[in-house]
Amino acid sequence: MSNFSQWASMGGYALFVWSAYGVAVVILGGIALQSWRRYRASLRALDKLQGSSRRRS
Amino acid sequence: MISRLANPTQFMKASGAVLPLLAVAMPLVLLVGLYLALFVAPPDYQQGESVRIMYVHVPAAWLALFVYLLVAVASGVALVWRHPLAEIAAQSAAPLGAAFTLVCLLTGSLWGRPMWGTWWAWDARMTSVLVLFFLYLGYIALANAFDDPGRGGRAASVLALVGIVNLPIIKFSVDWWNTLHQAESVIRMSGPTIDMSMLVPLMVMAFGYLLLFATLLLVRIRTALNERRARALQLSATPTPSPAGASPVLQ
Repeated sequence: MSNFSQWASMGGYALFVWSAYGVAVVILGGIALQSWRRYRASLRALDKLQGSSRRRS
Repeated sequence: MISRLANPTQFMKASGAVLPLLAVAMPLVLLVGLYLALFVAPPDYQQGESVRIMYVHVPAAWLALFVYLLVAVASGVALVWRHPLAEIAAQSAAPLGAAFTLVCLLTGSLWGRPMWGTWWAWDARMTSVLVLFFLYLGYIALANAFDDPGRGGRAASVLALVGIVNLPIIKFSVDWWNTLHQAESVIRMSGPTIDMSMLVPLMVMAFGYLLLFATLLLVRIRTALNERRARALQLSATPTPSPAGASPVLQ
């Protein structure tokens, strides 16, 4: 356990190191989530349109 | 091959086949990269453990530049050959490039504070990367500013091409000016000056970032093509008569 807290303290730079990794995860994870949600929404919209007008399957 | 992929139908087919592979490989590479960066890589003899910020900062900077180059080249193709997929690709990539640039700026600030004693300095490297961020924002704003997406797209493409002069300025800023930011230690004519124990985790993280970008770029292009198809279906489903007196020649 002390091993873990020693690792987590990052030699006294914990605030900066973990903030930097947090920033990267939040921004890149955020744009990944936004891209995925918009993709799902575009598929749903297309499905609905193609369901209502059965021209092309 | 490129011209075949440039056909939207072909693109949907090819990207649909590649996407599942990317979706599996990308998180794996990123997890290995994070493990190497946080557990395996040694602390720096001068910077101690704070050097671990490098593994999220430097790949973000590389991607910020690489994505901008891609946006500019695709914009050039869109302007010259009027290829619709090129413009869609550029507009799909730009928000991703802006995100990498923001990660680069913020993690750099968090690294600068303990190492240089300041969050920010108006030195050539940092200022030119901030300009890159604003170029991305300007491009995105212009592309969405006009009711007619064609006009907005062309204006944005011109901005992207003009902004390309900023790329060599960023790259060589640390050599041309006396910057607080350190000089290049990986991509050098004489080979990297960084130790293998740090270079390997850095390269794995960079590859993970690249895979993340590729995955999201494909997802975003597919989204844009889906949305375009939905608009076309909507228009053909409800045929609206052109308003009386409107000239069909007028654009």
